[in-house]
Amino acid sequence: MKLFGFIAVFIVGSVLLVMTMDFPGWGDTSSPASQGQVSSFYIEETINETKVPNMVTAVLADFRGYDTMFETVVIFIAGIGIIAVLRTFSDHSSPAPDEPEEDNEGGDLIIRSTCHLVVPLIQLFALYVVAHGHHSPGGGFQGGVMLGTSYILFALACGLPAAKKRMGERRAIIIAAVGIIIYAGWGVACLLFGGNFLDYSSLDPLLPGDAQMARSHSMLAVEIGVAFTVTAIMFAIYSNLATRGRLEKGL
Amino acid sequence: MTEHYTVLILLMPLFGALVTTLLGRERQNACWLTALICMATSSLFAIGNIGRILASGSGELRYRMGGWQESRGYEVGIELRVDMLAALVVAMVVLVGFVNMIFSKTRVAGEMKDKVSFFYTLKQLLIVGLCGIVMTNDAFNLYVLIEITSLTSYALIAMGNRRAALSSFNYVIMGTIGASFYLLGVGYLYIKTGTLNIDDISLRMQHQYGEPSLMIAFALIMLGIWIKMAFFPLHGWLPNAYSYAPSMVGSFMAPLMTKVMVYVMLRVMLWLFEGEYVYSGRLVWGELIVWMAIIAIVAGSFLALACTDIKKMLTYLIVAEVGYMVGGAWLADGAGITGSMYHILSDAAMTFCLFLAASIVILRTGDHRLTAFTGLFRRMPLTMTGFTIGALSMVGLPPTCGFFSKWYLISGGIDVGHWSYVAALLFSSLVNAVIFFRIIERAYLGKLEEVGNESLPLDADGGPPMTLDRVPYSMLLSLLIASGSVLLVGIYNETLVGWLKAAIPSL
Amino acid sequence: MEFLATGFFEEYIVPKFNYWIYVILMMIGLFAMITKNNLIKKLIGMAIFQTAIILFYVSIGVKAESGIPILGHEQHHAIVEEGQPSSEVIKKDKFANPLPHVLMLTAIVVGVSTLGLALAISQRIYRSFDTLEEDEILDQLRPGGHD
Repeated sequence: MKLFGFIAVFIVGSVLLVMTMDFPGWGDTSSPASQGQVSSFYIEETINETKVPNMVTAVLADFRGYDTMFETVVIFIAGIGIIAVLRTFSDHSSPAPDEPEEDNEGGDLIIRSTCHLVVPLIQLFALYVVAHGHHSPGGGFQGGVMLGTSYILFALACGLPAAKKRMGERRAIIIAAVGIIIYAGWGVACLLFGGNFLDYSSLDPLLPGDAQMARSHSMLAVEIGVAFTVTAIMFAIYSNLATRGRLEKGL
Repeated sequence: MTEHYTVLILLMPLFGALVTTLLGRERQNACWLTALICMATSSLFAIGNIGRILASGSGELRYRMGGWQESRGYEVGIELRVDMLAALVVAMVVLVGFVNMIFSKTRVAGEMKDKVSFFYTLKQLLIVGLCGIVMTNDAFNLYVLIEITSLTSYALIAMGNRRAALSSFNYVIMGTIGASFYLLGVGYLYIKTGTLNIDDISLRMQHQYGEPSLMIAFALIMLGIWIKMAFFPLHGWLPNAYSYAPSMVGSFMAPLMTKVMVYVMLRVMLWLFEGEYVYSGRLVWGELIVWMAIIAIVAGSFLALACTDIKKMLTYLIVAEVGYMVGGAWLADGAGITGSMYHILSDAAMTFCLFLAASIVILRTGDHRLTAFTGLFRRMPLTMTGFTIGALSMVGLPPTCGFFSKWYLISGGIDVGHWSYVAALLFSSLVNAVIFFRIIERAYLGKLEEVGNESLPLDADGGPPMTLDRVPYSMLLSLLIASGSVLLVGIYNETLVGWLKAAIPSL
Repeated sequence: MEFLATGFFEEYIVPKFNYWIYVILMMIGLFAMITKNNLIKKLIGMAIFQTAIILFYVSIGVKAESGIPILGHEQHHAIVEEGQPSSEVIKKDKFANPLPHVLMLTAIVVGVSTLGLALAISQRIYRSFDTLEEDEILDQLRPGGHD
């Protein structure tokens, strides 16, 4: 089996390598991808069309916003799928595994105090990253992951039951669904105001500023929706994987 | 509002899935009702879309997401493009989802215990993914949607018993290899052309046809799609995954997923790379593929013949059907391509009908081997009628749709002179006839014994099998609609084929 | 062996070293996915495989002597406040291509979701079979005659 795998991998790898010979080299500015009109448009015209200096966020949330909506749906599916596959409710079939009882469910004093100091800072920075996605590297996904991580840190330091009081399973699922409802709902609002789906400039009458500023504000709104979903799902994934679906005690 | 039908087809199941999630675990009937209403409205929009395409002069509809118009000669946003083939496949997807909702009304609570709302959420998101795949005109968007369908199907299959979880794991590994190869191919195309829109890529590729990297890009994309559509010998994940999946899940994944991947293959061959490149002989291995399809047909039929488990037999027949479609598409002939497109629709109808009937039989008798059919015509006449219609379509008797799709494929083979392909199709019809007439004879003439529950095999988790006392009307209704559609797709084959022919770009 | 000395190295390996790296990583991942027995090792191979593809895409967008695709403060000020046309202020070759970055944000999220779901499925398998080695699982299924 290993020999067959090695031969197959060797053949595929050498074919791939040989065929890269007519690709442009590293850092070549004359490649079709770099000289292409699409990326030139993104680099030169983003600031005029959307008044947002961060081109990556503008492409992500506005030009290819339809793709980002599905990306959010992907992470939503991962969370719901993990809950659906693993979760056992109340006392069903499988016997509880043999584990020693832990007395210090609340965690060590030093760890708890450090956690109480650090988690608010993490959350503040995460909110900053979400809000400043327009001007610096950041955006919904990055900020959402950090926010979710702060909950995971809290669960690791102070025990899963304490974290569950703040973000239980029901609340996590609702927040995740609300995040996508914000995104898709914003697109439907654009539909209702006469534009195409996710055409933010049609929301110009509602939002302050001109049509380009309407795009900038809408990008912030959908990024907030994305951050909601990512936060909730990050914590839901952690709590399900760490407790093997039982959500009783953590690591 | 009518110009937004295209995107509304997608949005209704998406919002349905979100509302179902919010409704939560307790209110199961409300979940079902929400899902049913959303699928029904989506079906109406899909049918309305067909009408809009027929009414428009150009035969296709374009919808720009975000309203971004062309700039400097290229699309800068993501675009949806719906022509007659896409509209028919979308209608097929949404209607199968709708009928399956009716089918799953009563048994979901039994099979999934308290995860009913998750089932409906994942199922509607699967439909969203499939519709998105069919309608999109952007290569990377296609990858994201393929992953949406894959992830929901991994989760849905793994919700079953322990054998289902193992098959789902194998499906994860193979499916990820396939999707990653597709992504790699798209990356190669992006390096060479600098854009991601399917129309723009094919335009920019035209002066680069001789380059070897384009051939490798095409090979990678094809390999990825073949893994996903279970083209022999890359079909290893399919039989286990679809036969051990919970019956609510298997009955609507089996007709849809592989057929939509065949549609993607046609889209890549005819619109992304253009027939001129694919059929001109620049691809040194273009001839080989028809031979691989022939092997797929023969192997699938033989493996189906050797099976004793009902659902496994049906999944091997799916492998053979995929061989029909791939062979027809690569014949380099107009009739072959039309036959392949028509077979997408007809095979979905046939497989749906057969899987529904098989699920009802398994649920009613608790036995999932072929012996479950003994004497069944007396006990469950309606179910067996539905099964017989599906079986006749698989064999290829008129007026079912199976006959017409075989007719088009065979005439395509004769046009080109590929006699081995014609022989393989006839051989497969023969094998199907042996399989299904054996079952029908056993059902009609066999002695109906009252089998006690002790002699039935245990299910995979070691518990006693579930049986029903009476088949619920919702299941019979859905089987009726499915077998009716098999006949309708056959009777109206000329209109459908006429629409499909108009959608093919000139070779 | 002269071809090694003359142009081969400079022409094919040095400017395209990013492609060599990603192909080798991909093949390591693919080998692990196909041949390893333990389910978790297969998943690690899958993660390596997907990461290699992400690296490939990101390396497409690199331009020599360019910065990140975000407008600096002075340029932002010049265009928005003072109204200079953007095509004069922005030099296209000084900014990396933003499109591969966007695509890979999506691909990373998809990869993480697949990995999470696959890990959950492995836990489900462990719960039923009590082992994560593929040959032991198949042995458990074979003689039982279930299904």
